[in-house]
Amino acid sequence: MKATVLVRPKQGILDPQGEAVESALEHLGFSVSGARVGKVVDLEVEAGDADDARAQVERMCEQLLANPLIESFEVEIHG
Amino acid sequence: MASPQPRVGVVTYPGSQDDRDALWALAALDAEAVPVWHEERELPDLDAVVLPGGFSYGDYLRCGAIARFSPATTAVCEFAEAGGLVLGICNGFQILCEAGLLPGVLLRNESLRFVCRDVPLVVERDDLPFTSRCATGQTIVIPVKHGDGRWFAPPELVRELEANRQVVFRYAEACNGSVDDIAGVSNERGNVLGLMPHPEHAVDPLLGSADGALILASLVEAARKRVLALI
Repeated sequence: MKATVLVRPKQGILDPQGEAVESALEHLGFSVSGARVGKVVDLEVEAGDADDARAQVERMCEQLLANPLIESFEVEIHG
Repeated sequence: MASPQPRVGVVTYPGSQDDRDALWALAALDAEAVPVWHEERELPDLDAVVLPGGFSYGDYLRCGAIARFSPATTAVCEFAEAGGLVLGICNGFQILCEAGLLPGVLLRNESLRFVCRDVPLVVERDDLPFTSRCATGQTIVIPVKHGDGRWFAPPELVRELEANRQVVFRYAEACNGSVDDIAGVSNERGNVLGLMPHPEHAVDPLLGSADGALILASLVEAARKRVLALI
């Protein structure tokens, strides 16, 4: 079963990468604000059903893919 | 009787860079410096362990996040839980945070720039095995060289650490955006310490400063006392 994990810097965590990206976009003439840079992890997981897959991937996030002090995560299961 | 030479291990991970300097500095300070390969499941007989700087596992995912799973890291965690002395320098600090032995996490520098220079550090306490040769309030000069050295913890955790006196080193001037300019923290028990600056690069006046020797010699001395206690 395919899954996608989005890992984001938590709200309130200073994200200098996001600020640098925002400033670069402004240099290109775009009017933007609030840019934040995170990570995407695509993976395939062996699971009985979507709920099982989600539960497994959430455990992966808690144990490795995200650091709970600084990052939040979101799991998408693609059937 | 000659004073016993304590055995201090230095773990080499794929991507470690400062392991040799750490081994050299420890030997210069009269320890028996013992290289430890990351695949070793059991540590040799050691009186202290150093996790060196570098870019273990290419800093993949997050700094230190993959090194946490090395067999040697598991052995180091057991060593620390048994009360063993563990010092993490730079990447070693990042690994100890990811492994849960030390509080907080190291993030990308606020400036997004790699910082590589000598920095003044204030020693916040001199009653740890890592700081016995320093004096509380003393400023020492030690180089930093890192891109991900911004120590962070939520405010409630920082308050708890301050109350427990776990903040051991603070930058005397802004360095990387760390919360409260924190450069090094210990665990509550005081047998595990991590810091971003590199004491092993400052053990001889020829290197610009010998202040790093204050930290490493404290560690060697504490390790030696442990050997004596066993004799």
